[in-house]
Amino acid sequence: MLFQPAIIALLLAAGLAVVMLAGAAPFAVQVIRHWDIHSGSERQLALERRTYLFSTLLTFVLVAQLAALLLFVFNADRLSVMFVGAMCAVGTLNVNAWGFPSLIAQMAVFFLAAIWLAINHVDTLARDYPLVRIKYVLLLLLLPVLATNLWLEVQYFVNLKANVITSCCGSMFSEESKTITAEATSLEPLPALWLFYGGMLAAIAASLWHGRRGGRASGFLTALTSGAGFVAAITGVLSFVSLYIYEHPHHHCPFCILKPEYDYQGYGLYIPLFIATAAGLGAGAMQSFAGRPSLATIVPRVSARLAKLAAAGFLLFTALSTWFILASNLILIEH
Amino acid sequence: MSPWLEKQLHLIDFTLASLGRRKTKNIGLLVAYTLIVFVLASLTLFTHALRSEATFVLASSPEVILQRMVAGRHDLIPPDYIEKIGRLRGVQKKEGRLWGYYYDPVLNANYTFMARPADEVKDGYIMVGNTLARERGLAAHNTISFRSYSGKLFTFEVSAVLSPDSELLSADLVLLSENDFRKFFEYPAGHFTDIALSVANPQEVRNIAAKLSSSLPDSRPILREEVLRTYQSVFDWREGIVLTVLAGAILAFAILAWEKASGLSAEEKREIGILKAIGWETGDVIRMKSWEGLLISLTAFLLGFIAAYVHVFHLGAAVFEPVLKGWSVLYPSFTLVPTIDGLQIATLFFFTVFPYTAAVLVPIWRAAITDPDAVMRA
Repeated sequence: MLFQPAIIALLLAAGLAVVMLAGAAPFAVQVIRHWDIHSGSERQLALERRTYLFSTLLTFVLVAQLAALLLFVFNADRLSVMFVGAMCAVGTLNVNAWGFPSLIAQMAVFFLAAIWLAINHVDTLARDYPLVRIKYVLLLLLLPVLATNLWLEVQYFVNLKANVITSCCGSMFSEESKTITAEATSLEPLPALWLFYGGMLAAIAASLWHGRRGGRASGFLTALTSGAGFVAAITGVLSFVSLYIYEHPHHHCPFCILKPEYDYQGYGLYIPLFIATAAGLGAGAMQSFAGRPSLATIVPRVSARLAKLAAAGFLLFTALSTWFILASNLILIEH
Repeated sequence: MSPWLEKQLHLIDFTLASLGRRKTKNIGLLVAYTLIVFVLASLTLFTHALRSEATFVLASSPEVILQRMVAGRHDLIPPDYIEKIGRLRGVQKKEGRLWGYYYDPVLNANYTFMARPADEVKDGYIMVGNTLARERGLAAHNTISFRSYSGKLFTFEVSAVLSPDSELLSADLVLLSENDFRKFFEYPAGHFTDIALSVANPQEVRNIAAKLSSSLPDSRPILREEVLRTYQSVFDWREGIVLTVLAGAILAFAILAWEKASGLSAEEKREIGILKAIGWETGDVIRMKSWEGLLISLTAFLLGFIAAYVHVFHLGAAVFEPVLKGWSVLYPSFTLVPTIDGLQIATLFFFTVFPYTAAVLVPIWRAAITDPDAVMRA
């Protein structure tokens, strides 16, 4: 099923990303070995000029990867009509063993790319490129992740056989099965509600605190609570937010909310959530470099801005889910 | 206004002015870019419209059609077959259908003859599809003769021409009464072509198909959802094939963009040199050039997409029609319902803006690292 326009586009994006990163790798090694900001040699000058090219190139590739995640999910949802038993993206991702691993790989690429972009951003703001080596070491580490992502996607799309009967979200996100998603799904609404609002409150509070006051500890805390908030948010969507959206006490699917039948409400939830988590993680990641003299003023400023973005994203996500719950006709908890 | 935003606004302002200074070069690029977006957007809009048309048309067809197979070939349904199915839970209605093909030497085309109950079409009368009526010049109350496969001549009066709204389905259709149908084709009494079953609950369709094939092993149930899926994948596949063919064009366009971006004129080089001499940094030049690319991309995308929309939904997609629509002597004429789909736009964006940006990155960087003194001395 490779001749699907969206699949060709996804493979194009993933392939080009790997090619560009692989092309940048020899340069990265050069930078790591020979970079010396105090030298005025010709090699150093050439390296400095080239860093512009490669950071632009990588920004482009990684921004494209952020968009690719959206396209991947959108496409999986749309392909579900092609498979017997599939009703939403879950069915499509379940057609073979590579579906969910590629989604997870794409998500990992998304967050890692966001962290790299955040570090790159503070580095370009400083006068003496203090993080250049670290950036390119991270780049070399990112390359295998992107290559794995490409490999998984190729495996997944090549093995998409229309004659496979897949399982739909109803069986996968049911309360009886024995998986980690089922654990999250079968959580009682009341404790899930506490976990969800607790997680969201912690993430919003930590990022707001960091946005206002700054400080390294609160920066790390922002990253930590953002990560935890992401897990709490997904658990909440699985265990009760989705139920309220479907107005059905047993349908826990986190993908059906992306469908037009539910007015694409899922995109309204997930896009702020992913942006907020990425911003929170980015704010935390740059704290390790706050001690460098040339970054002493830049890191707090940028990370405060990111933290505010994270707080806004989480706030929007929480407000939207609360609104979906209040507007729903379903009663899960009697009071 | 935040200083960042203000800076970007000034950059855009400057970029627009600088684009205006080199009109011919940029208009050439814009035309090529718009053209490629136009071609790709026409393709995706058209296939998407065809797909939704297929879904729309199939929505009212029976959920299951049962055919009988003999030696792997489609055969007639014998008289006691419908009774043999018995009562199946979930099946609301089952009826034997009578239809067949008739080759008309006048048009060199095949018609579909289908029997309808007597209260719809009386003996001696027929109802014809719009395309057929147009091609043979028929109107209500005209008479027409067909020579049957046994050599006998049959004359019918046209009682009505079917509504053009249903043309996609009824292009080559001739509806006649059951008696006429059996006489015309000398169809054995009590036999049917196939059986249509209506199933109320879509989730029961597969179970019913399974029951049918176990109780009647010589039968072949055809499900509506399977037909739909086949249509979807046929159109997807056609679209993908055309896209792959067009990949050459996308590549050529990327090369053109690379050429245009790297072929800096002496004047442009001077401009960048002066900018750097008065204090612009390499990063600023890159930012300005990125804005330039973005502005050209978005303009071309918007223009190309609007042109494609007009082309597909107002001009009938003349460029792609033969490849994508399929072919037949009696091809129905139908107007497509305009639909725009988010996935299509996102995919299109990946196919056009992504290669363009990838192609101009290196030339942009080359331009940005120009040394001011080297340029101004040259």
